[in-house]
Amino acid sequence: MNEPQKLVPMDKEQTELYRKRQRSRNKVLGIVLLSFAVLFFAISIVKITAQTGGAG
Amino acid sequence: MDTGQTLPLPADWRDFFALTKPRVMSLVIFTGLCGLLAAPGSIHPVIAFTAILCIAVGAGGAAALNQWWEADLDAGMKRTAGRPLPAGRMDRTSARDFGFLLAGGSVFTMGLGVGWLAASILAISIFYYAWIYTVWLKPRTPQNIVIGGGAGAFPPLIGWVAVTGDITLMPVLLFAIIFMWTPPHFWALALFVQTDYAKVGIPMMPVVAGERSTRRQIAAYAIALLPLTLAPWWIGGAGAIYSWSALLLGLVFVALSLKVGVRRSVPGDGMLPEKRLFGYSILYLFVLFGMLVADRLATVQGWQ
Repeated sequence: MNEPQKLVPMDKEQTELYRKRQRSRNKVLGIVLLSFAVLFFAISIVKITAQTGGAG
Repeated sequence: MDTGQTLPLPADWRDFFALTKPRVMSLVIFTGLCGLLAAPGSIHPVIAFTAILCIAVGAGGAAALNQWWEADLDAGMKRTAGRPLPAGRMDRTSARDFGFLLAGGSVFTMGLGVGWLAASILAISIFYYAWIYTVWLKPRTPQNIVIGGGAGAFPPLIGWVAVTGDITLMPVLLFAIIFMWTPPHFWALALFVQTDYAKVGIPMMPVVAGERSTRRQIAAYAIALLPLTLAPWWIGGAGAIYSWSALLLGLVFVALSLKVGVRRSVPGDGMLPEKRLFGYSILYLFVLFGMLVADRLATVQGWQ
C-alpha cells in the first residue's frame, strides 16, 4: 500500500493561486454544463417538432 | 525534519483544452462538416451542429486518451515535451478520466440527438485511435500510420451518415481518400522529426525501413491517391467542379511527393521539400473537401 504523502500547509500566496485556479475551472465547467442543457433542450424541441410535423 | 509538499495545484482548464489537440480537431471538424454538407438530403441545423460537436468532442476524447497513454513517450520528444502531462501541469488520472468522459459523452449525445448508426461509427473511430492505433499499432509496427490513418478518416463518413442514415459507396470513398492521404502526410513530417521518434523507440517508417524506402512509399501513396480522389466523379457522386479540382490538386501533390521520393537528404539541407510537402498536404485536404461541398452546392443550385 502507498504511504500517504505528507502535505505541508500552503502559504497565503499559494492558497490564493489554488483558489483562483479552482474558480476559473468552476466557471468553465458551469458554462459547459449550461451549454449542454441548452443543446439538449434544442434537440428535444427539434425532435418533438419533427414528430408532430410542426403542428401546434 | 519532514520535507512534505503542498497540495498539488488543480490543472488549469486551458491544459484540459490542450489535451484535446485543438489543431488536429480543426481538420476533423472541417472534414466532418464537409461530409455532412456534401451528403444528399437535408438535416436540421441543430442536429447538424450536434453531429459536428460530437465528432469534435469524440476526437478530443480520443486525443486525451492518446496523451494519457503516451505521456512517457511524449516526455522524450522535443515536439511533445511541453504537453500538459509530460510538462507536469496535470496528473495522469485527470487526463484519463477527462478522455473517457469526452468519448462516452460524445457517443451518447450523438446516439440520442443524431442517430445510433452515426454514434456507433463515432465509437469505433474513438476506439480505433485510442486503442488500435495508440496502444496496439504505434509501438509495434512501422505500418502504424497506414492502418492508424483510418482513425482520421472517419469524420466525413460520420458527417455523411448523420444526414443519410445509411452507409453508401460515396462516404466510404471519402474515408478511403483520407486513409490514403495520411501516409504521405505523416511520413513527410516523420522525415524531418526522425531523430525524435528514434529516441523514444517508436518504429516510424524512416526509423525502421530507412529514409529511402519511406521516400519511395510517400511517392507511391501519392500516386495511388490521385485516381482514388477521382473515383467520386466516376461513380457519379461528384461533378466537374470537384473533379477538376481533385485532378489539379492531386497533380501538384504527386509532383511534390515525387520530389521528396527521388531525392536524398544531406545533413544540414533543411529538409525543405519534406516541409513543403507536409504543409501542402494539409492545404490539399482542406481544399479538396471544400471543393466537394462547393460541387454539391453548385449541383443543388443547378449550376452544373
